[in-house]
Amino acid sequence: MSGPNSEYDPVQVTPLDEEHVNAMRRQALAAIAAATDLDALKQVRAEHAGDRSPLALANREIGALPPQARKDAGQRVGQTRGAVSQALAVRQAELEVEAEARMLVEETVDVTLPWDRTTKGARHPITMLSERIADVFVAMGWEVAEGPLVEAEWLNFDALNLGPDHPARTMQDTFWTEPPENHLVLRTHTSPVQARTMITRTPPIYVVCPGRVFRTDEYDATHSPMFHQVEGLVIDEGISMAHLKGTLDHFAEAIFGPGITTRFRPSYFPFTEPSAEVDLRCFVCRGQSPAVEDCRTCKGEGWIEWGGCGVVNPRVLTACGVDKDRYTGFAFGMGIDRTLMFRHGVADLRDMFEGDVRFSTAFGAEL
Amino acid sequence: MRAPVSWIREYADLPADVPVEELAARLTALGLKLEAIERPGHDVTGPLVVGRVLTMEPEPQKNGKTINWCTVDVGDANGTGEPQGIVCGAHNFTVGDLVVVVLPGGVLPGGFDISERKTYGHLSAGMICSTRELGLGDDHEGILVLPANAGEPGDDVFELLRLRDEVIEFEINPDRAYALSLRGVSREAALAYGVAFHDPALRDTPPADDKGYPVVVDDPEGCPVFVARTVSGFDPTAPTPDWMARRLLLCGQRSISLAVDVTNYVMLELGRPIHGYDADKLSGPIRVRRAGEGERLTTLDGVDRELSIEDLVVCDDSGIIGLGGVMGGQTTEMSNTTTRVLIEAAHWDSRSMFRTGRRHKLTSEAGKRNERGVDPTICEAAADRVAELLVEWGGGTIEPGVTVVGHPPEPRTVTIPIDLPARVTGMDIASDTTIANLEAVGCEVDVAADTLTATVPPWRPDLEDPFDLVEEVARIVGYEDVPSVLPQAPAGGGLTPEQALRRRAGRTLAGEGYVEVLSFPFVGEADFDRLGLDGDDPRRTALRLANPLSNEEPLMTTTLLPGLLRSVSRNISRGTTDLALFETSPVTFPRDGVAAPILPVDRPPTKQEWEELNRAIPDQPLHLAFAASGDRDRGGWWGKGRAAGWSDVIQTARVLTDAFGLELSARASTLAPWHPGRCAELFLGETSIGHAGELHPKVCRAFGVPPRTSVAEIDLDLLISRAVRVPKAPGFSSYPVAKEDVALVVPEDLPAGTLAATLLEGAGPLCESVRLFDVYTGPQAGEGRKSLAFALRFRAPDRTLTEKETAAARAAAVALAEQRHGAQQRS
Ligand SMILES: [Zn+2]
Repeated sequence: MSGPNSEYDPVQVTPLDEEHVNAMRRQALAAIAAATDLDALKQVRAEHAGDRSPLALANREIGALPPQARKDAGQRVGQTRGAVSQALAVRQAELEVEAEARMLVEETVDVTLPWDRTTKGARHPITMLSERIADVFVAMGWEVAEGPLVEAEWLNFDALNLGPDHPARTMQDTFWTEPPENHLVLRTHTSPVQARTMITRTPPIYVVCPGRVFRTDEYDATHSPMFHQVEGLVIDEGISMAHLKGTLDHFAEAIFGPGITTRFRPSYFPFTEPSAEVDLRCFVCRGQSPAVEDCRTCKGEGWIEWGGCGVVNPRVLTACGVDKDRYTGFAFGMGIDRTLMFRHGVADLRDMFEGDVRFSTAFGAEL
Repeated sequence: MRAPVSWIREYADLPADVPVEELAARLTALGLKLEAIERPGHDVTGPLVVGRVLTMEPEPQKNGKTINWCTVDVGDANGTGEPQGIVCGAHNFTVGDLVVVVLPGGVLPGGFDISERKTYGHLSAGMICSTRELGLGDDHEGILVLPANAGEPGDDVFELLRLRDEVIEFEINPDRAYALSLRGVSREAALAYGVAFHDPALRDTPPADDKGYPVVVDDPEGCPVFVARTVSGFDPTAPTPDWMARRLLLCGQRSISLAVDVTNYVMLELGRPIHGYDADKLSGPIRVRRAGEGERLTTLDGVDRELSIEDLVVCDDSGIIGLGGVMGGQTTEMSNTTTRVLIEAAHWDSRSMFRTGRRHKLTSEAGKRNERGVDPTICEAAADRVAELLVEWGGGTIEPGVTVVGHPPEPRTVTIPIDLPARVTGMDIASDTTIANLEAVGCEVDVAADTLTATVPPWRPDLEDPFDLVEEVARIVGYEDVPSVLPQAPAGGGLTPEQALRRRAGRTLAGEGYVEVLSFPFVGEADFDRLGLDGDDPRRTALRLANPLSNEEPLMTTTLLPGLLRSVSRNISRGTTDLALFETSPVTFPRDGVAAPILPVDRPPTKQEWEELNRAIPDQPLHLAFAASGDRDRGGWWGKGRAAGWSDVIQTARVLTDAFGLELSARASTLAPWHPGRCAELFLGETSIGHAGELHPKVCRAFGVPPRTSVAEIDLDLLISRAVRVPKAPGFSSYPVAKEDVALVVPEDLPAGTLAATLLEGAGPLCESVRLFDVYTGPQAGEGRKSLAFALRFRAPDRTLTEKETAAARAAAVALAEQRHGAQQRS
């Protein structure tokens, strides 16, 4: 801004007269209204409100006027500049809204374009089901016990009342290792983990043991040399078959839903006495007529064979250092692979061990 | 065990209208598990009657065959009483014989409808049946000729031939050996219905004398009872009666000859295996002893066997003539000329039977029963029954002598607190129920105050312990009555940190796009060759299986890579080419020459024994392996894809260690099976946890996976053991960050990680991070050199850094890089 110029003749400063200022205001407001986009408005802002705009130039002249005229002109130019500036702000806001609306339209994409840039990850359903089962028991205060796959013969058999001449020992087709005098086997069940637990802990014992086991079965749709079991073991004072039944009923309901409980049939296992087979109420037909007749899950039985169980044989307690006069216990075991097969309708066991990514990815993140 | 219901009914007074399904269900509830129910003969419908052949006219045919035009008296079965005209192609009968005739309207097995039809110029009204046509056997050489006293023309044949029956097949558990007989099954059936049981083993037998065949038992422990009877004048050509052949067939045994069939029949009836000798081939007294070292025997199956000193053998003056209780020898075998039969009914030590059977890999119906335990008190009854049947159907006479050597062991007693069944089962079982149920299974029960002593019946060698009695009581009360009571466990600690972290490893990998696979742990030397492992690579020292499923894969693997690569290859062959797989499994590293002891079972292991046992268990660390092949980033409409490579698997390892709160560093390595220039050894501090990188091209070819397939294998147990359990909260500065870039030209073989570490060290405590953002190896860097560009971030905990401070720290970093690596700053 220039300083006052006393030698200047105000009469000759025409830009400051009212008519002229009004004209500038009209021109500016018209240009602002005419600006159709933000770029045009920027241009208008420079022309009508910038440093070299007529109003800015006029403003500079104000100082040259005599005091009274200076005040009038100052007021006039100031108001006009304020009006122009406000109009610019309003128009700016309008145009910004318009511009964003236009952008949103212009930027529309085809969201049906495929977006399969990365491969889909998945855990194995056996892993997930094992964890799910473990969690059911952990929620009751149990702990998860573990042991080695290559195991001492004594723990896999003898300690479990399967002596060298026990006929049941041939029922389990065992992988033996070289040299034989080292007495190591691939565990044929997860029961040696139970023996380990009893030997190394003091009762009360409440443990669940999901794990991998091996038998010399030929590999086909329903047999595999490697499969998975979950076993449970409780050793405490006053434990009975009723507690076993209660535990298995709870387990069944937790995995298969309310009302899906179990039944017992007499059976034989060297490590339990009395022993029972566990059947699971069919969770598809619930054993109800007429659905049961055509039920493919239970083959019309209403029940599904699930596993074995019983009261821990006192001979096992003795070999594992548990006071058999003070404590009783129960144990149970079932196949995880088998459970997965009937729970999820897996037709061929081999699908679980061939590593085809289409298998695991079908089961989601948790079971 | 297969049990015809008609046979069960002979010994158990079952209600007439019991459906077979119900009988099977009740027996299953008692512990005899139903395998299958069969209904033989139920697809045959009558009229099926006895006929007497009145006339038969042989008529030769143009095709060379001769047929017989017969008239057969079928009584009133045809409604007229007139003889029935039937064409028959068989010739093994004659006028006057009784035969089986199916009349028009009847249906034979397989839905074969019988009607009047014109054939060979006659109107044949029915058919004369063979055993095969009736579903009774596989004899189709001729028609079935009935014994002369079988019945009258017109009699219904269904009942006569027991044509219709129901057979329950059971899976018998090892503890219920007594149920491997009709005697045992029927006893349980009677128990199931609370009806009378008629024990077929209860029979009057002549007393032992010294006129029987001489027998000496040198090993009364191995053979506590040996009974011998002799039948002479026996007709070796006498046929087995149809009903007996029929029952054997229903029980799954083929009819062989009358003498053999009778021994099998009595074994099925009573559970006691019987051996028959051709008495004329025996020389001198029979002797039972253990085999001597190096002795041999050719058994009935024609196998020449070397015997063990543990084998129980039967001898005569000629030497060994049989493996006692398991299988007879060839020299004294009964044949189609045997007229004098020596019947052996002996009780053998079940443990010896089991060992001999296993040693010689011999499984037989007799062995199966002997090794599980047979009633030792029924040898005389069984021998007597065999003699009776032989004479009844084969003629001859029972010689007067009765040899009985030894005596059955004293009955066992088991004492229990009387409330034990109630306590162990959690059922409400009164003392009276306990006593009644034990008596029902054959125990004699004495009660004294709060205890009960059961004298166990001789057919139940499995009842040894108190809890065995509990099971007997409980199964009769019924397992369905066991209440459901959830036990209250003490408060638990949840998953251990290791268990939780294992889950985390899998979830992290899955989150990175990897799919979990489970492989068998079996590998062969060839797999190690394919991996290119050196001869002395420790991974070649693997535990060997004595009985692998495949001789190609006899080893327990020491690395997860073979299984993982097979999965990669399998997926590719099935059309999935962009792959990221992982597996978490233990591997096995054997310990040399350490044996796991076989400890006693009447007490727990001592501390020393327990440690010794665990020292023998191979080291089985949990490994994690992962593989990436094809595109890690797929191409698409968004642009080009990016192939998976060495850096991806290292990156994944880094994400994994990040998840465990650990910082991973990589160093160049040259381990097989990796590409020698593209293999990183992975470290946590100074601890190596595994390797990652691109596979050697030879390994890719050997496993049939694409070039550039990249893999990593990590000791997950080791990683988990290093995981930060209780991370400390970070202290960080809120003052502004100062950023400086540095570009350095260094020798091409200087690892970027080393240079970065030098810069961090040189820049001093104000430097909070050094990050590589560019690698240039063009001509401007110079021959054998490369340019690495780093972004450095500086910050002080208590103030805003001045430009001067930042510049000084940067300069110090560069100076150390110059001094240590000859790095030159690039302008
Ligand atoms: Zn169902």
